[in-house]
Amino acid sequence: MTDSDGLPAGAAKRPITRRSVLASSLAAGVAATVSPPIISALGEAPVKLGWIDPFTGTYAALGTSQLNGAKMAMAEINKKGGILGRQLQIIAEDSAANVGQATEKLNKLVDQDKVDFTAGGVSSAEAAAMSHAANLKSMLYIAVGGHVDTITGTDCHWNTFKLCSDTWMLSEALCATLLKKFGKRWYFCTPDYAWGHFLYKGASEILAQAKGTNLGNAVLPLGATDFTSALIKVQQAKPDVFVVFQSGDDFVNLMKQATQFGMTKTMAFGSPLLELEPLAALPVEARTGWGVMEWWWDQPNQPHVKEFVASYRKLYKATPSGRSWLGYAAAHSFALGAARAKSIQAAKMAHAMEGMKLPPEVALEPDGPYYRAGDHQCMITEFVGEVNQKGKYPNLFTVSEELGGAKLAKSPAEKGCKLSYPA
Amino acid sequence: MELLLFDGFNGLIQGAFYALMALGLSLIISLNSVINFAHGGFMVVGAYLAFTLAPYIGFWPALFAGPILAGILGILVERTLVRSMYGRSDPIYSLLLTFGFALIIEDVVRTIWGAQGVPFEIPAALGSPVSTTYFFLTGYRLFVIAAIGLATIALFAFLRLSRFGIRIRAGILDLETVSALGVNVYLLRSVNFAIGTLLAGFAGVLAAGVLQLAPTMGDDVIMATFVAVVVGGIGSLFGSVLGGLLIGLAAGITTAYYPAASDVVIYVIMAVVLIVRPRGLLGQEGLFE
Amino acid sequence: MSRRVYVNGAVWLLLLTAAWWLPLIGGYMALASRVLVYALAAMGLNLLLGFTGCMSFGEAAYFGLGGYGTGLFLTHLTHSTVLAVVAGTIVGGIAAFIFGPLVMRRRGIYFAMITVAIGQIFYFIAERWNSFTGGEDGLSGFSRQPLHFGFATVPLNAVAFYYFVLFFFAIGAGVIALLLHSPLGHTFVAIRENRRRAQFLGIHVERYVWASFAIAGLIAGLAGALNALQNNFISPINLYWVESGNLVIMAVLGGMRSFWGPLVGAIIFVGIQDYVSSYFPNNWETFIGGLFIIAVMFFPNGILGIIRQRAKAA
Repeated sequence: MTDSDGLPAGAAKRPITRRSVLASSLAAGVAATVSPPIISALGEAPVKLGWIDPFTGTYAALGTSQLNGAKMAMAEINKKGGILGRQLQIIAEDSAANVGQATEKLNKLVDQDKVDFTAGGVSSAEAAAMSHAANLKSMLYIAVGGHVDTITGTDCHWNTFKLCSDTWMLSEALCATLLKKFGKRWYFCTPDYAWGHFLYKGASEILAQAKGTNLGNAVLPLGATDFTSALIKVQQAKPDVFVVFQSGDDFVNLMKQATQFGMTKTMAFGSPLLELEPLAALPVEARTGWGVMEWWWDQPNQPHVKEFVASYRKLYKATPSGRSWLGYAAAHSFALGAARAKSIQAAKMAHAMEGMKLPPEVALEPDGPYYRAGDHQCMITEFVGEVNQKGKYPNLFTVSEELGGAKLAKSPAEKGCKLSYPA
Repeated sequence: MELLLFDGFNGLIQGAFYALMALGLSLIISLNSVINFAHGGFMVVGAYLAFTLAPYIGFWPALFAGPILAGILGILVERTLVRSMYGRSDPIYSLLLTFGFALIIEDVVRTIWGAQGVPFEIPAALGSPVSTTYFFLTGYRLFVIAAIGLATIALFAFLRLSRFGIRIRAGILDLETVSALGVNVYLLRSVNFAIGTLLAGFAGVLAAGVLQLAPTMGDDVIMATFVAVVVGGIGSLFGSVLGGLLIGLAAGITTAYYPAASDVVIYVIMAVVLIVRPRGLLGQEGLFE
Repeated sequence: MSRRVYVNGAVWLLLLTAAWWLPLIGGYMALASRVLVYALAAMGLNLLLGFTGCMSFGEAAYFGLGGYGTGLFLTHLTHSTVLAVVAGTIVGGIAAFIFGPLVMRRRGIYFAMITVAIGQIFYFIAERWNSFTGGEDGLSGFSRQPLHFGFATVPLNAVAFYYFVLFFFAIGAGVIALLLHSPLGHTFVAIRENRRRAQFLGIHVERYVWASFAIAGLIAGLAGALNALQNNFISPINLYWVESGNLVIMAVLGGMRSFWGPLVGAIIFVGIQDYVSSYFPNNWETFIGGLFIIAVMFFPNGILGIIRQRAKAA
């Protein structure tokens, strides 16, 4: 159907080597455009995973990384015999980070393509909306990116699992380190939408508990390009730490301007979510500050990571980012869940995935992340560290601490999640 | 009060950038009679080309090479696509044509250079503040103001002093007469379109020093540029400069008092101007009605 | 005359039987509903664009306001889906009525730009007023409710919702058709053909432009209300100028001068976007952009314009 279907026509009849599947998913851009692959396996139709992410617009790079990770997982799953003996097929749709379009595409995948599960989302708003839309269709959904607390908090659903951290986990991980390393006079900069507001709420609470001084919070619209006015106020307040909640293009614009104003030399910069893609887009002198990565490719002592990084690089000519891992682990989660449930029926799988721990070859990080039963939030590890200014891509980050998600996260009750399954 | 001065001044810097974009767009609207929605696209292309060339030829040559290539692309587009719109009296067609072309530019740029955006490096000498009190006055910003000032002066000098420039100005006033006098109007319009896209490319390179150079960079700028042209008055190049500075200043001052309204204020200004002075501040009567 | 009857009959027959034939050609009902929603908005816009000759580039404002009206009405006031649609329609219509006097004196690009200005102002209000509109994240948390008839309750699933939309589409299209055949409609066309001459004839041109603007807004509001129900969601992007541009494109693509033009344009635009973006999630924008260029260069009168020319030549 799309550029992501792994299998060329008739492929299921011959033995599938890992390479052929990988090659075909790579060549998919060309192959699938000619004709949608028709899977003609003996009797069994493939299991379909609907994947909705932004492939155009501001978040396109992040969405593409997530899908790339998922495609790689698909090839591995199919090599091992698929899901309950059936091949896995990913059907990708572009959300353009437009919430309405994300919902439309999810409904289309469910109604038209008859997918068995859904996943994706980069922005909080689109993930929240898809979680809701999937719930209306009683469809299993994994929020791959899209961090806002409510998805596994007050608006949690039985059908929704969330792999990426929630905003509280990110705030907690960031603040713990910043408080340890730097002073307690902080200034905040918040983008004016759910993601920013939740981060600010969490971080300012933590700062208050630590008896720190909140010097101010500059709230700026999403997509702001000129940060001078806010930066002037920050400079006048002379904080020890400037906590920046912007992400994507906004983050790059802010960092570029702050660096030119010389601010990175006079105060520490903290960011709750650093990602490889935007760091690579920053000019060298603006690559600075402390922050949290949800996954990092350079973990010398962690088993399986090297192999994962090597095959990803071979496939995509790029180093896997946190987003790539999220996509990879999400696609594997469906296979693992189906194996536990011995079924691909949504409610059975949802029950089976509660408390499910990701095995080391999927987890690729310490502390064995698992989907918490109470709210379906995955307890992933946060990698706190410093941006590596002198490094060349992909050595742009130095991990100083790995914090297990289970210790950071609020309890489901505190988050206000009450899961209720349909009768 | 000090903050207001800072924000006002910063607004003027923004405004200078809008003015440069608006000048190019205004030339194209006035002489080519084309509502060029791809103007933001040419801006992005110019910046990306400069980014690609800079490692080989250095920042300063790239600063000119990028825009010139954007101008050449402008000629190609004018010859192949835009030209067929000249006979159409309804501007809606050129608007849709360039709107479609803008979509293609964004897609092609993303395919070639990637979705995330690229690290555009500026010379280290420009990348720091010139004084500690006025720390937001970086070397690069002063350079941007100077560059825009020079480009504007050069353009006006070209339009006043050179034979070709005088013909362009005459064409803006009355193309039929200019044509009747034996001037090659096709060439005039081609070159004019190229100058317009060249200015857009130049604005793009300058912007890439402070903004994320990404395929979507032009999206937010294009409407603001139209606002600058309409506020200043269609058909008046000086008006476009004025309009650009005015909306930049207004956005800057609004930021000081009420940041949430900083991007809506330019539309409020445009609405007010169109109600009070229907042709814009310095516009000609009868164009595009 | 008889040709028109055949055409209308065929259009309505196809629309009424869509639930039967659409799946056969690989379509799905939500897509059909979306086509109708955008077709309705574009037909309303075309009243201004094609029949009165005013280039509105801010129709998304009334489309989006209709959506927010419906969404907020369902969230705070009522559980009646039909009442919510009526509320959204009225919100769109009243807004256009109020702003009509500001735009009615402007022509050409100035008309376009002042409609853009008003549209963008609404866009930014929706985007910034977090507590009321949900801001950037959009307004969710409402959903279309089952219809209660005296004798039965009908849940609005994909097929039922299509016929729900078709019902309102029929009302909207009917209003436009009646209008175009009335003296009011003839005056609109007279203004389009020669505004100055209409003025000399003693027509209060501006009042008629105002009327056309308000009615277009009313119909956009209706379409926007249906759009909000279609997704159970509304976000500022529905008010953005690009959405206005899409509506203009649909009208031009199908044919600005024909009654059914915007419907044809919406079928092509929405259909191709849906289809192409599924096959090329990364590069569909090039196809859409190319479509605009080809349409403008080779089919300036729209698809229906060509068919009509052929028919005349034959």
